[in-house]
Amino acid sequence: MLLVVEQFLNGLQFGLLLFLLAAGLTLVFGIMDLVNLAHGSLYMMGAYFAATFAAWTGSFLLGALLALGATLVLGIVLEMSALRHLYGRDHLDHVLATFGLILFFNEAVRLIWGPAGLALPLPAWLTVPVPILPGIHYPAYRLAIIVVALLVALLLYLGVMRTRVGMLIRAGASNREMIGALGINIKLLYTLVFGLGAALAGLAGLMQAPILTVQIGMGENILILAFVIIVIGGIGSIRGAFLAAIFVGMIDTLGRAFLPNLLRQVLSSAAASTAAPALSSMLIYLLMAIVLVVRPEGLFPASRR
Amino acid sequence: MKGFGVSKAVTALMLAGLVLLPLYSQLSGNIFILTLFTRIVILALAAASLNLIMGYGSMMSFGHAAYLGIGGYAVGILAQEGVGSGFIQFPVALAASAAYALVIGALSLRTRGVYFIMITLAFAQMAYYVASGLARYGGDDGLTVYKRSDFSGLINLSNRTQFYYLCLACLLGVIFLIWRIANSRFGLVVQGLRSNEQRMQAIGFPAKRYQLACFVISGTMCGLAGALLANNTDFVSPAVMYWTRSGDLMVMVILGGMGTLFGPVMGAVVYLLLEEFLSQITEYWALFMGPLLLLIVLFGRGGIMGLLGRVGRG
Repeated sequence: MLLVVEQFLNGLQFGLLLFLLAAGLTLVFGIMDLVNLAHGSLYMMGAYFAATFAAWTGSFLLGALLALGATLVLGIVLEMSALRHLYGRDHLDHVLATFGLILFFNEAVRLIWGPAGLALPLPAWLTVPVPILPGIHYPAYRLAIIVVALLVALLLYLGVMRTRVGMLIRAGASNREMIGALGINIKLLYTLVFGLGAALAGLAGLMQAPILTVQIGMGENILILAFVIIVIGGIGSIRGAFLAAIFVGMIDTLGRAFLPNLLRQVLSSAAASTAAPALSSMLIYLLMAIVLVVRPEGLFPASRR
Repeated sequence: MKGFGVSKAVTALMLAGLVLLPLYSQLSGNIFILTLFTRIVILALAAASLNLIMGYGSMMSFGHAAYLGIGGYAVGILAQEGVGSGFIQFPVALAASAAYALVIGALSLRTRGVYFIMITLAFAQMAYYVASGLARYGGDDGLTVYKRSDFSGLINLSNRTQFYYLCLACLLGVIFLIWRIANSRFGLVVQGLRSNEQRMQAIGFPAKRYQLACFVISGTMCGLAGALLANNTDFVSPAVMYWTRSGDLMVMVILGGMGTLFGPVMGAVVYLLLEEFLSQITEYWALFMGPLLLLIVLFGRGGIMGLLGRVGRG
């Protein structure tokens, strides 16, 4: 029981982190029609910034805030210097150009921070276990991730659906020429959206940093998961990304936790221990394949497109 | 027509260089260059196979490196289990790649555009994780191939020069095949689908079946490259299938000129030589390679072949 609740919360936490990453990716794709492979690099930069700033200031929260600002600025600079020129190009061009950016970021990080990973230590008040149910404790930090990510998801929803800027963003997604003709500064809007996406990726990276080590290439594997989420959820749909992210986070975490034992009941223990790691890492791809067979457009395709 | 001449001349020059390379290596005593170019020729073969679906079929696969791994693991696993004959290893490598391509292609071709790019990427990543989980065959650390494929009496793969010429022959054979395919009825249908799928379907061609067949042929060719690569490095590991390798292959095709017969070969030669050259100057070669890719995408329409064509026209 204890293990089930704990793994369930772990799945939720991982899913919410994936959502932060996927939301930025799907926003940028839905509005600018840009495929950004370097999104994972922004996630990595968020983690590196946080580790560095936290070490400088001596405060985890201050470091995290500074890192958030730094990724936002980095995203804006990236958009203005390079990615702006890719709008309206073929998707293949986007893939190649941002693939080049990944090479660049990985190498730049190696040059600045060195090949060894960094650690981002947590302050004492975030390491205590918190009782969530009678007799069941859960680490405060993971709980904090869940709360922060849910809050950000809510703010994102309200921001996009209820504010003037959000209205412009939605208008830009459905018809960019028209909103430009109506006198909206579409360039500025694009830069803003990209910066927002970058900040979301940075937030995911810096929140994940204390759990895993901060290392080169940390954004690449999780980026592929974000792609899977977008494909399952339907490209350009934030609601789809949210539901698919929770789903994928759950399946991945629960699969890794319980599949070995389940297999052991069916197969011999030797066969189960060889098959389980491969099978549990395949689960989400199998899920994606099933979704594709049933609904090629994803579960919640953005209705506007 | 004059532009055609320049790119033809450069292609002929490159091919002559590739054929004469072992002679140069022998005379100058530079063994390293032969090893380097064996790898280049094998990856050029992989890039040429990718060009078949990307250039002629307009199917942007971002998971082509999976076949390099499947072909390689077919050789490595059979060698480990005591089957050393190349007459068994190579057909198994090709069949395994074809089977994988059939399944992945049937699923991926239900989508198009960006979805297709992402799906092929995700499936290749799945193959990567499966290989990492193969504890019996080295898992993450990879599998050493202690003995190269044995083609008893026909050809000795442990001889550098013989192996190089085998790889070159495979490359030229595959390019010949692609040329025949591109000019066949089948190839024309696939190219027609590239320009207007709806119209082709309206005429009565089963679009998906043609594209799937093309996808499987391309995957099988790349499986051959994988089997050769495992023999070249005497080693196969999940890293061969990592998604950056798929990206490398895509870059080679684009750099050389998508949809041209010899473009991918030229792309592979230039890309890998550039990588070798930059890594000798600085440890941080990717720092320059990344922005270079960005510039190629922004300004280099049509790749090297396109550039040569423009130079020829003046």
